[in-house]
Amino acid sequence: MHLDAKIPDGPIQEKWDRHRFEMRLVNPANKRRFEVLVIGSGLAGGAAAASLAELGYHVKCFCYQDSARRAHSIAAQGGINAAKNYQNDGDSVWRLFYDTVKGGDYRSREANVYRLAQVSVNIIDQCVAQGVPFAREYGGLLANRSFGGAQVSRTFYARGQTGQQLLLGTYQALSRQIATGQVEMFPRTEMLDVVVSDGRARGIITRDMVTGEIRPWSADAVVLATGGYSNVFFLSTNAKGCNATAIWRAHRRGALFANPCYTQIHPTCIPQHGDYQSKLTLMSESLRNDGRIWVPKDPSESRAATAIPADERDYYLERRYPAFGNLVPRDIASRAAKAVCDEGLGVGHGGRGVYLDFADAIERLGKPAIASKYGNLFEKYERITGENPYEVPMRIYPAPHYTMGGLWVDYNLMTTVEGLYATGEANFSDHGANRLGASALMQGLADGYFVLPYTIGDFLSRHMGEEPLPTDSEPFRAVTAEVDERLQRLLSINGKRTVDSLHRELGQICWEHCGMSRNAGGLRSAIDSIRELRDEYWTNLKVIGSGDELNQSLEKAGRVADYFELAELMCYDALLREESAGTHFREEHRTGEGEALRNDEEFAYVAAWQSTQPGKEPILHREDLDFPNVPLTQRSYK
Amino acid sequence: MRLELRIWRQPRRDADGDFATYHVDASPDMSFLEMLDVLNETLTEAGDDPVAFEHDCREGICGSCSLMINGRAHGPEPGTATCQLHMRKFRDGDVIRIEPWRSAAFPVLKDLVVDRSDFDKIIQAGGYISINTGSAPDANLIPVPKRSADLAMDAAECIGCGACVAQCPNGAAQLFTAAKVSHLALLPQGQAERDQRVLRMVAEMERAFGSCTNYGECEVVCPKGISIEFIARMNRDYLKASLRAGSGRPKGSG
Amino acid sequence: MAVSGIALFGFVLTHMLGNLKLYQGAEKLNAYAEWLREMGSPALPHSGALWLLRAGLIVAVVVHIVCAYQLTRINQKARPVGYKRRATIQATYASRTLRWGGVIILLFVLYHLGHLTFGQLHPDFVAGDVYNNVVVGFSVWWVSALYMVANLALGLHLYHGVWSLFQTLGVAAPRGGDWRRGIAAAFAFVVTVGNLSFPIAVLTGLVG
Repeated sequence: MHLDAKIPDGPIQEKWDRHRFEMRLVNPANKRRFEVLVIGSGLAGGAAAASLAELGYHVKCFCYQDSARRAHSIAAQGGINAAKNYQNDGDSVWRLFYDTVKGGDYRSREANVYRLAQVSVNIIDQCVAQGVPFAREYGGLLANRSFGGAQVSRTFYARGQTGQQLLLGTYQALSRQIATGQVEMFPRTEMLDVVVSDGRARGIITRDMVTGEIRPWSADAVVLATGGYSNVFFLSTNAKGCNATAIWRAHRRGALFANPCYTQIHPTCIPQHGDYQSKLTLMSESLRNDGRIWVPKDPSESRAATAIPADERDYYLERRYPAFGNLVPRDIASRAAKAVCDEGLGVGHGGRGVYLDFADAIERLGKPAIASKYGNLFEKYERITGENPYEVPMRIYPAPHYTMGGLWVDYNLMTTVEGLYATGEANFSDHGANRLGASALMQGLADGYFVLPYTIGDFLSRHMGEEPLPTDSEPFRAVTAEVDERLQRLLSINGKRTVDSLHRELGQICWEHCGMSRNAGGLRSAIDSIRELRDEYWTNLKVIGSGDELNQSLEKAGRVADYFELAELMCYDALLREESAGTHFREEHRTGEGEALRNDEEFAYVAAWQSTQPGKEPILHREDLDFPNVPLTQRSYK
Repeated sequence: MRLELRIWRQPRRDADGDFATYHVDASPDMSFLEMLDVLNETLTEAGDDPVAFEHDCREGICGSCSLMINGRAHGPEPGTATCQLHMRKFRDGDVIRIEPWRSAAFPVLKDLVVDRSDFDKIIQAGGYISINTGSAPDANLIPVPKRSADLAMDAAECIGCGACVAQCPNGAAQLFTAAKVSHLALLPQGQAERDQRVLRMVAEMERAFGSCTNYGECEVVCPKGISIEFIARMNRDYLKASLRAGSGRPKGSG
Repeated sequence: MAVSGIALFGFVLTHMLGNLKLYQGAEKLNAYAEWLREMGSPALPHSGALWLLRAGLIVAVVVHIVCAYQLTRINQKARPVGYKRRATIQATYASRTLRWGGVIILLFVLYHLGHLTFGQLHPDFVAGDVYNNVVVGFSVWWVSALYMVANLALGLHLYHGVWSLFQTLGVAAPRGGDWRRGIAAAFAFVVTVGNLSFPIAVLTGLVG
């Protein structure tokens, strides 16, 4: 299979404009003849569904939540980047593009990133017009802050709830289209498979999560905007329902899966506090602006944190990275925390945590100043842990947070299956091996509002007059039967273990061997363990109840079954990538000082995997990356 | 800590339901939902149907979780959604009664899961600013006074969980509706449709929900602490809009 | 509710203020009562203006009751299946007793009309001699007790009613600094204390 990213010709600044001119249009009268299915109602899906409907297409939008307003985009805290340069501090489209490519450790596609930086400015305009209450200065104009190590202030925010406010803007635009009848919304509906015939996506199969009804849907194009797969680790900052079933089923039907090993581990989360724990909670990265990170020097230390004198503490980030100190990028901060905990210096439950201490900041700036900056975060921390961070240091530990990998898409966001698109976190396209802070919201909305509505028109214009496949045709019946059979199989195993207990174990394997740092031996053993556990899953699983009712165990069972397959692919990808890039850290590939060592000669490519049968090795396809505009350099934060 | 749970069990929408009693061992560090996870693991292993309850982000922002805990929506801790409530707020030996939201507009689908789609319908009735993608002017073209923006944000924080309706003795949805009406009415962008928005949203609200008699119970259980001040704002907007509509000149009609 | 409420607030306040003439003696009070009947003459017939006011009042009462009934029905339908347990968190006693308080007030008003306005329920009613009717009426301890209980109910009703009025008509106040509560409390207090003073004054012999 030849991977053609379909990147337009010309200088990078002109590619998108030129492409928009060259793409074919669908005239307004014809748009209403096309139907598009959008799976997911987060920033990427909701924005696409609303925008396509505004253009006149018929849209059906599906989400597993009880309302489109609850998609997990809602949980993003920090902000959204845009190259507005409102602060006059030297920002530009080019600088945002440059920062994003560099931040992604040179494993993203330049043309996509440039387009992202270009449309970032339109996103802010659009959101403000929708009534998103971004923070403002006293003069009434928009406020910005710097975020994630950027040297310019380009991040727009709405308190600590930027994702929520952007999502509600999208949800409101979507609601408006639902009211006009242009979008039909199907909440509590889960996509369980995609129907592909003659290499083209023809529709999907869904399960009504209340009645259990399995239903086929036929359409002219299908958009997957179903987010990432961090929940493969069981414990992550993702919502409990977040799942990879849609993209994984698409992968099994022919869509290539790119860079699955690029998973971002966020450094500042509340550590695990017990074996029953169900999820991890993120604390905003902004805390690192004033908090100092340390561990005791003595592994046998048993005193309370406040009783440990300064010379018996190791401020390891300040020691190892004097230039950036506590503000090193996410991947570096996360790995350093793991390293000290591996040495037995960690604090709290299971020795998996480090201190984030505000005592110095409180002394320097005063408690009121700290409270005004971080008050709500401190409250949140206390609510969860029962400890008061004004008095004792916070404990933090890294947690899976975002996945840069996803379905391979070309410049038009189309997967390798014709008519099947992937947007937002579900695709792989813009963040390379590491995503910068405040860029996830930007990408979701860029894809949904400003890219897909154009590119999908070009595709549809080429299929004018073709009728969608009837839902009683053979391809639909075959896939429906497979979906049915799979659900029945899960229900009839009748073993001894619950979905959660097996998922938790899978997560531990992935976290241990394919988490913050990886090595060949560990990855190979992980692949074996995953296969073994997957066999147990299909023979010893216990799912109570039936398929024709609201059955949360059955929902989980299907999702975890897919995670078992995805986990294996993730390990294969990590094993193949014999270099350290961004979040992917291979212990065999590091500098003398223990830092990540990229191998541009051999690995400056996108690894796009073709599905085979589970248990068999997947097939690799490569999309070579070149960087004519951003010269390759080794990142250094010393 | 050992707890006695009395949980509403109902197999499906139109079926009868009743309370079932369970005993569960919990740790004070668990969240309330993790305590229910533990119960469900035990039930599943014993071959019993686990308790269906709504949850998703588990960090207090998605608005999925929806439990009436000892007669109080989201439980005893103010400003906290059920998912952020921790067991250290309870004591060993406590009896905890867990019920679904009760409202004609929120029918029970199973156990503790209810259908809140009437909230979506209120938003669909007008809870938006009509602007198509691509037609926005530069974001800094219209200054918004910081005070208005902050107040709009206070209202916009609503997570749509339905606790306000659940706790209200009247099952009224004024706080939910007022939050969105006020958010948009406080911003210059929201002025063009201000009158028709409040008229339509209130009409839709009244179709499905009870009516406010100013008990004020909603604001205390709201996980985001949204004030009933916004209800007064909505009422004012509604009166003005009704008068203008009555005079044939609603705002935004040109 | 709010608009009819405003009319009724006006009535209870002026009714109380007018009745303060009790403290000026029989002559003044009876003259005041007569003035009420003579209002608007000769343009209007005897008691014409009074009956117009009464008509307005009756309309307000009917509207108030009909609205309350409809609201109650709507709210009952809004929660067909109740909770096994529902805590009360910050709802005031006044807000929670509003409906039954209203019923008590209605029953009391009917009694009051028969007692001091038309006299059928009065043991020794003399048309036109308001002062005497009041003093004789209140001399019976349980009648005074009845009046006092009813007026306490009225006070609670007014407290929640006045505060609700602001809320319903959209007069907002920030949380924490809610001056509307103060106004509601002051209004309810003045009317209630004024009304309670009459039977107390009679029973203690201050008036009589």
